[in-house]
Amino acid sequence: MRPPGRPGVPGPPGPAVEVIDLVKRYGDLEAVRAVSFDVAPGETFGFLGPNGAGKSTTISMLCTLVRPSGGIARVAGFDVVSGRSEVRRRIGLVFQDTTLDDYLTAEENLRFHAELYGVPRGSVPGRLADVLKMVGLWERRDSIVRTFSGGMKRRLEIARGLLHSPRVLFLDEPTVGLDPQTRSHIWGYIEELRRREAITIFLTTHYMDEAEHCDRIAIIDQGQIVAIDTPEALKASVGRDRVSLQTADDESAAAALKEHFGLDATRSEGGLTVYVAGGESFVPRLFAELQVPISSVSIARPTLDDVFMTYTGRTIRDAEASQSERNAAAPWIRASRRR
Amino acid sequence: MSALAVTSPAEVRVAGGRLRDDARAVGMVWRRELIRFRRNRLRIITSLVQPVLFLFVLGTGLSSMISSRLPPGSGGGAVDFRTFMFPGVVAMTVLFTSIFSAVSIVWDREFGFLREMLVAPVRRGSLVVGKCAGGATVATAQAIVMLALAGLVHVPYSPMLIVTLVGEMVLTAFVITALGTVLASRMAQVESFQVVMQFVVLPLFFLSGALFPLKGLPTWLGALARIDPLSYLVDPMRKAVFEHIHVSPRLAAYFDQGITWGSWHVPTGLELGLAAAFGVIMLGIAIAAFSRAE
Repeated sequence: MRPPGRPGVPGPPGPAVEVIDLVKRYGDLEAVRAVSFDVAPGETFGFLGPNGAGKSTTISMLCTLVRPSGGIARVAGFDVVSGRSEVRRRIGLVFQDTTLDDYLTAEENLRFHAELYGVPRGSVPGRLADVLKMVGLWERRDSIVRTFSGGMKRRLEIARGLLHSPRVLFLDEPTVGLDPQTRSHIWGYIEELRRREAITIFLTTHYMDEAEHCDRIAIIDQGQIVAIDTPEALKASVGRDRVSLQTADDESAAAALKEHFGLDATRSEGGLTVYVAGGESFVPRLFAELQVPISSVSIARPTLDDVFMTYTGRTIRDAEASQSERNAAAPWIRASRRR
Repeated sequence: MSALAVTSPAEVRVAGGRLRDDARAVGMVWRRELIRFRRNRLRIITSLVQPVLFLFVLGTGLSSMISSRLPPGSGGGAVDFRTFMFPGVVAMTVLFTSIFSAVSIVWDREFGFLREMLVAPVRRGSLVVGKCAGGATVATAQAIVMLALAGLVHVPYSPMLIVTLVGEMVLTAFVITALGTVLASRMAQVESFQVVMQFVVLPLFFLSGALFPLKGLPTWLGALARIDPLSYLVDPMRKAVFEHIHVSPRLAAYFDQGITWGSWHVPTGLELGLAAAFGVIMLGIAIAAFSRAE
């Protein structure tokens, strides 16, 4: 069975996800403010932002779980309001919270999913073996899910989300609450999936390093998209590399940097840090013109952390801190989202 | 088919019609209920403890007390009060098992599986129907275990009686599961289960005539018993039992009263019809409640 979107098989016409001025209001609060973007078939698209930025609300609208207050959203060519069932057939969902039946075996969970999504009976056994093998749970198919670790449950949910050959797989914070090793395993499976199924993947994350796995990223903050591009282009748009240096005399080196290059260096226990455009060409000049002896230099490309900082003026951690205060003030926001 | 048509198996199936999809969803929810029941042996055993205690401890105690107070000259030997209680205790088994099955929806909500079902591309109604069918099956199975004890309280294993009782048990199980599903749609958390037990299940049980004849009750109690849907299910079961045992007409008249509206005896068919109608209404409300929720 060849999933749609592979070379040679006609893919769905138009973008896999198409969003125009999408709005969601909860009372006076605008959780999502006129968001617009497209996701191409086969693309891995990431929504990056702090908790409470509107990521989950947007994904819930795309999955037809929450009704938009305004704007248009189409998934796999169908409107999320008027074509709700059509959309649901064509998407796979992996939520933040587990939605497995703990008292059933892994295989029973998948079989029931196949029943709910009307997977043709004849293709269920093959498809079931495919997805279970992909996430490395084939040997555990007869085990009761209650005995699974958090990482195994998440893998099983990813397998289940793929069982009915969806066009678009939605992963809402696929690695949240998992240890770093399990997180990297989950990403291994997602990478594998991209290679094998040529499926469109739409994911949300608030981990910067995870966003690097995406073809394109939208940075969302306070319900709005502030930037949208490939990770490389976003980092390039920051335009500056981080140069860290250790010198014999940090104080006079900092003064010299200010005098000769007009750069404000920040001092830390590791030495001095400056941000410059074109780090490679800056370093030779540094050696030639800085009078203070230099013991080591390193250049770092901007990270998505730097990107987030550039576009929002805050680090993602600061944004989360202020967000959790906001949530504490209005606990009904979370409560209403759970419904 | 247009040139753009995608020929994945999923596409072909979409044209296959919704009814079959909904039927598969009903079957899935039903089978899940059975699997979960079968795996939970402890639940099967513990939910038999209560009816057994009622029948053999409370029943024996009441029996020895009552036999001394029966109208003189009843003849034909004293009737065992446990024989009278037996259909009530069977109804009780159905009641508790059905409610527990239905209210497990709240656990499904808590642990997330409800969401997996609600986001599926099937009508919500099919999920509710599957749940009610599953709960009814499980409750009937549980009550059949109680039915096996009939001989111990002098109820004969007549095939006709068993068929009648099982039929009435199925109806009871369906009505109560539908009612429980309506309650579950309103319950936000697992803790509410206690509230349902105290305010719904126990009143339904005590007012139904499962434990005492509905004859000669104070007006207020008689009125409450008449609006208890379970009364209209316990009474037919009791009539069925009394048709198959040998007691003197006077004793039978004492225990086997039936339900009266004024001086009119409500016929068995109408009793069952009323209960079924109540069940269908509850099912409708449950379907509406789950279809509305996002």
